[in-house]
Amino acid sequence: MQMYDLPDAKGHFGPYGGLFVSETLIPALDELKEAYAAALRDPQFIAEFEYDLKHYVGRPSPIYHAKRWSDILGGAQIYLKREDLNHTGAHKINNCIGQAMLARRMGKPRVIAETGAGQHGVATATVAARYGMECVVYMGSEDVKRQAANVYRMKLLGATVVPVESGSKTLKDALNEAMRDWVTNVADTFYIIGTVAGPHPYPMLVRDFQAVIGKECIGQMQEQCGRQPDYAIACVGGGSNAMGIFYPYIPVEGVKLIGVEAAGEGIETGRHAASLSAGRPGVLHGNRTYLLQNEDGQIIETHSISAGLDYPGVGPEHAWLKDSGRAEYVGITDAEALKAFHDLCRLEGIIPALESSHALAYAAKLAPTLAKDKILLVNLSGRGDKDMHTVAEKSGIQF
Amino acid sequence: MSRIKSSFDRLNAQGRKALIPFITAGDPDAALTVPLMHALVEAGADIIELGVPFSDPMADGPTIQRASERALAKGMSLRKVFELVVTFRATNQETPIVLMGYANPIEAMGAEVFAAAASKSGVDGVLVVDYPPEESAEFSVAMKQHGLDPIFLLAPTSTEERIAGAAKLASGYVYYVSLKGVTGSAALDVGAVAARLPAIREKTGLPVGVGFGIRDAETAGRIAAIADAVVVGSRIIEEIEKSTPETACANVKALVSSIRRGMDAAA
Repeated sequence: MQMYDLPDAKGHFGPYGGLFVSETLIPALDELKEAYAAALRDPQFIAEFEYDLKHYVGRPSPIYHAKRWSDILGGAQIYLKREDLNHTGAHKINNCIGQAMLARRMGKPRVIAETGAGQHGVATATVAARYGMECVVYMGSEDVKRQAANVYRMKLLGATVVPVESGSKTLKDALNEAMRDWVTNVADTFYIIGTVAGPHPYPMLVRDFQAVIGKECIGQMQEQCGRQPDYAIACVGGGSNAMGIFYPYIPVEGVKLIGVEAAGEGIETGRHAASLSAGRPGVLHGNRTYLLQNEDGQIIETHSISAGLDYPGVGPEHAWLKDSGRAEYVGITDAEALKAFHDLCRLEGIIPALESSHALAYAAKLAPTLAKDKILLVNLSGRGDKDMHTVAEKSGIQF
Repeated sequence: MSRIKSSFDRLNAQGRKALIPFITAGDPDAALTVPLMHALVEAGADIIELGVPFSDPMADGPTIQRASERALAKGMSLRKVFELVVTFRATNQETPIVLMGYANPIEAMGAEVFAAAASKSGVDGVLVVDYPPEESAEFSVAMKQHGLDPIFLLAPTSTEERIAGAAKLASGYVYYVSLKGVTGSAALDVGAVAARLPAIREKTGLPVGVGFGIRDAETAGRIAAIADAVVVGSRIIEEIEKSTPETACANVKALVSSIRRGMDAAA
């Protein structure tokens, strides 16, 4: 396989990625690029990052053979990478620690973040508390209502949560508002972006911080199974957990990479968040990538049962992996994800996040079509505690 | 010669500075946009910046966000913006029009199709907020091939190297964003602007417009004393918001006239 060394110096993954922001922010992004390059050359930075991943996050996260579920599905063996066991309950914390360490190195006492479901907001508030930084989290006012428990968690951790009333009042608008804050306070503020999107160098550095997931998998799979999986499967909203597990596997031949997007109520209904499956390339939030947009180039509202996948764009590296054929992207509907959610609860005693349930649902579809000696590795990117209300409501239960 | 260049040449000869008001196309209604443009000219506008509404205006404050939302709710689109320009040009062939907006509507249309249509409809310049120089070399070439001026933003944070990079691609004028922040922010520091302009003038002979945070005749006058052009946006949008469709043109005309007087008194 060809060597894979993307992005290029200007942040491009083929035609995707890049640096599409207003002039005011460019020097800040240049500064970040330099600080990140210097940090990577500093053994102390790397050692501290690894120390925190081990002692604060609880890494490495285990890989678990979901044997009972696999047997019932009657085909390939499903293994779960347990990112749900991380501190704060999802993979998001890996990246937040890395970026908070960069913020501290760069002398920025204030961090800001956008959040959809609240997982990235909670992870940012967590590391900000630990590093003694001021923290402001932007969250669409619709999401503030849907995710009241996470809003309270952020406040407990000392963060200020700002409800965003503009546009569709969801994740994309929170991102717009965080960008506006950053433009205004760029001298003392570090923007901790939660996914592999945004202007260069964010897609690269978020991927690099999340790549610990895939790196661990390579060692753990060898140890447990004596070989690498036939498929690595992950859900894709912005795409950070998927890039985290995919990236180390890109050069590994024989491992198929499958990203699972939110098909919502079905791609054909238009109510979904499947940018790669149903979108067209365009420019939003600092990078060129696949976007859900109308024919005039206006961004359209998305739908998914999981707030974390409810985003009209996707990280530019996924756009490139799709076009190059190295990864394949599929859709899973709300209903399919819910079924996988309940199955994992009942059969394995694990309550998965609704986001991760999309990846699980695709694995459940694929497994029965394959022989029993095939291996599917699913990134179980977060736990489902935050989704109790959504799932209960779907089942007609009121707390 | 481009309409923008000849406007600046004429103003230069008269010892006057350019007033560049901004309105969002289709706000509050497409029917009001062309009358508002004529009102701006009658009030002393030299160039009009016409905002192309976008669903996610990241560089704009709440005022221009609301204008974009109103315009989009009424169905405004890039194609319809061209139609408005054609209508305006039926009775005004002199005043340059600069489209200001975000990349994605242009990407959706295709840069080449966009440039041809913009030029044909009577647009003179294009400012794309999220196309910095490093991502817009090809775009700038397409603009220039169709006789359009690519206009770039410079910021208080721009390094000398970046100013030079923008100057290489730009024509028409350069637009200095006078503060860190989004459009419509408060408090502009005229002294800080004055201190930055020499570094810009050293790298480009193009006229320098200054905008973001200019809200009254007095500030406009002080900026006119040091820059070549004064850009006023959010304050005009606020005036449109406060007005009814019947009073909007008269109110905007009164506001922009007072800004014009402030600039002329300072010159």
